[in-house]
Amino acid sequence: MMASSNPAVIKTCGLSKRYRKVTALREATITVPEGRISALIGPNGAGKTTLLRLLAGLAAPSSGEVAVLGSRPGQDPAFLAGIGFLAQEIPLYRRFTAEDHIRAGARLNPRWDEASVRHRLTSLGVPPDQKVGTLSGGQRAQLALALTLAKRPRLLLLDEPVAALDPLARRQFLAHLAEAVAAGGLTVVLSSHLVADLERTCDHLILLAASEVQLCGDIDTLLAEHQVLVGPRKDTTAIERDHTLVQAVRTARQTTLLIRRNGPVIDPAFETADVGLEELVIGYMGQHTGLAPVPAHPTAIGEDQ
Amino acid sequence: MISFRVDGRSVVPPYLQIVQQVRQALRMGVLDVGDKLPTVREVVAATAVNPNTVLKAYRELERDGLVEPRAGHGTFVVGRPSGPPPGTHSRLARSLAQWVRGARAAGLDDESIESLLRITLRAAAEEETA
Repeated sequence: MMASSNPAVIKTCGLSKRYRKVTALREATITVPEGRISALIGPNGAGKTTLLRLLAGLAAPSSGEVAVLGSRPGQDPAFLAGIGFLAQEIPLYRRFTAEDHIRAGARLNPRWDEASVRHRLTSLGVPPDQKVGTLSGGQRAQLALALTLAKRPRLLLLDEPVAALDPLARRQFLAHLAEAVAAGGLTVVLSSHLVADLERTCDHLILLAASEVQLCGDIDTLLAEHQVLVGPRKDTTAIERDHTLVQAVRTARQTTLLIRRNGPVIDPAFETADVGLEELVIGYMGQHTGLAPVPAHPTAIGEDQ
Repeated sequence: MISFRVDGRSVVPPYLQIVQQVRQALRMGVLDVGDKLPTVREVVAATAVNPNTVLKAYRELERDGLVEPRAGHGTFVVGRPSGPPPGTHSRLARSLAQWVRGARAAGLDDESIESLLRITLRAAAEEETA
């Protein structure tokens, strides 16, 4: 499950989407190997939904290549049978019961796993005969996930599935998801801006900012490649020459650098520290949002935004 | 059977938290040779951690000779963590206490001592892997 030789379930190259004058996604090149739970992270408007819609075959690219489960996303039944897509607005009929949804799913899907969805709803205590509109947000999200998994998709795309849930419901939803992946044969991409939740459950990251992919890869590898350096205010040209500077915060006395390492850092003036996922994400987003401390140095990358 | 707690706010990565909890359970006698560990699926259903995290933890325990996967049956405890010979802890604790007294006398507070210890441990780890 962990081997990097796993075949890619998603592979894009230079994928772009333009709507009239607006570029929603620019030159996105990503790979997601089989069995990963990939966190699609980025600020609002970064292109997360656009990327998910392109992968699900709900939108056509303006340019670039995209292969999902070995074929080009589209609306043909063979492709759609392998994909589960849960949109931001949970697509349930509020006046129907869970039971109605299960029966409809059985008619619409050739590989419908009715036993699993019933078992899941029983264990979560979701009443099958109650109108969906009267269920709690957590129960609705769990029902939607159970129904989507009953399709037995090979790739599950989730757009902000936990944003509206309370902490317990979020944890239960993510546990349900991780359990489905543990059973094998499933790859997941889920978008969110709640980094703390994703750190536990995800092992792969796609980071979007300003319509571009900033990072894509296994989280362990990405974290190992990055480092924070804290030291006195001094010339950092040598460090910036040897490594890739992601973010620099300079005060009158102190320099704090987030770098992508290119070998070991040899500068005794700087103390090094490991980087957590949240720190990494904020470092890259900070280049583009202006929310993080603005780098006061002309060589900080990302200032052309 | 034991259950794992994974603290998302801990600086210890989740896979290592699982490894440490198994080792601790073995030292405390909560787990013994022949006992079964929870399946990957059971762990992720309870904790929402990534399945690969649990696999990584179990592989590390297997590398240490503490557990062994048996196809179709699960992962079983096959050994206990090899501790140092008796008396080692107390001997090291005595010399550490002496060192702490020296550090305090030199004006270091607890925070500086902890920071120094972390840096030294990290440097030692880097030396070993270098």
